[in-house]
Amino acid sequence: MRHLMSPLDFTTEELDRLFDLANDIEQNPGKYAHACDGKILATCFYEPSTRTRLSFESAMTRLGGTVIGFSDAASSSASKGESVSDTIRIISCYSDICAMRHPKEGAPMVAAEKSGIPVINAGDGGHQHPTQTLTDLLTIRSMKGKLDHFTIGLCGDLKFGRTVHSLINALVRYQNIRFIFISPEELKVPDYITDMLKEKNIPYEEVIRLEDIMPHLDILYMTRVQKERFFNEEDYVRLKDFYILDTVKMALAKKDMLVLHPLPRVNEISVEVDEDPRAAYFKQAKYGVYVRMALILTLLELH
Amino acid sequence: MLNVGKIEEGFVLDHIAAGKSLSIYEHLQLDKLDCTVAIIKNARSNKKGKKDILKVECDINTLDLDVLAYIDHNITVNVIKNGEIVEKKELMLPRQIKNVIRCHNPRCITSIEQELPHIFYLADAEKEVYRCKYCEEKYTEGSK
Repeated sequence: MRHLMSPLDFTTEELDRLFDLANDIEQNPGKYAHACDGKILATCFYEPSTRTRLSFESAMTRLGGTVIGFSDAASSSASKGESVSDTIRIISCYSDICAMRHPKEGAPMVAAEKSGIPVINAGDGGHQHPTQTLTDLLTIRSMKGKLDHFTIGLCGDLKFGRTVHSLINALVRYQNIRFIFISPEELKVPDYITDMLKEKNIPYEEVIRLEDIMPHLDILYMTRVQKERFFNEEDYVRLKDFYILDTVKMALAKKDMLVLHPLPRVNEISVEVDEDPRAAYFKQAKYGVYVRMALILTLLELH
Repeated sequence: MLNVGKIEEGFVLDHIAAGKSLSIYEHLQLDKLDCTVAIIKNARSNKKGKKDILKVECDINTLDLDVLAYIDHNITVNVIKNGEIVEKKELMLPRQIKNVIRCHNPRCITSIEQELPHIFYLADAEKEVYRCKYCEEKYTEGSK
């Protein structure tokens, strides 16, 4: 039995197979409409996340399966003080696969250690968000035709942004990737990421101004400064609108640069950018469903 | 000068930094063993001026000494059998340490999940960096 805790749980060859399957699902949805008949997905969300939860639910429903679960800790037995270890033992009796989001880092790993069913980490605190990463990789691979030889700029909250950490971990396994980290001083990428890049001799730069590096990017990955990651409201207010991508900045970018965003966005991408053909973030949400369908099939060993 | 007799079988942990012996006693969970333990504090040392020494009389297979390497590299471990030193153990940093240090990341699951062991893995042997198994937060020698 396999779980998904980090994008690194799959080899690049396994990821290629997963993405091939996702693309086949995209092309031939009817072929998979009953692939999960009789199977149950439990969505255990200890913190609110409409998008990821609905993406999982849509994925399972499109595969013919059904979904049970809870969407915040208050409506789960966690509010009565039940541990994650106990909850997953119970959930294992009710369902065939579990997607877990938790504000505490490492919670899905604790669940996986005690679980009788595959557990998917659907985001744990500021740590990992592997299914978002699979979504990002599938979007890049489908729209650029490759996952190597490019410069990617990651912009915004690089300290608490788990999507960023997961994506970096996944991309370092591909050839000739160059990272540019664009963030205010307070939200810089954590040292364990930069230590890892140094160790692997992967080129990276840390900058503050987005404008200066726009012409060099093949992909720009924007992130939201997340209020829920701050202990101090004052810091959040000061940093939330540090970056705003608008048409003026887009004019500096390459003609085929892709703009990605894990969504939801607040002010960091101006709505006028939505009409730009390089804005790929809404397509990304669609790829998110396909890749989760492929993941469910793979972990349930139905493909 | 204080004299502590020889032991027949067990360990003599020498060159412990002065004052650290009680912490090592706790980490090795010697309080749970039914054996003779001598704790010598502030013994004279040519190298350091002062040092601590621990003598533990026990079956030499009962103690996991890996944790010592994490606490202090410079400890000399003498293995005693039949009253003689039969081996001087070289301490290697353990690949994993359990319930020796605690994760201080308030966002880590270990901060709320009862009974969950605090497990750290060796992420960088050269820099002696340990990271929490669950949240990957760094814990370095200096912050002990």
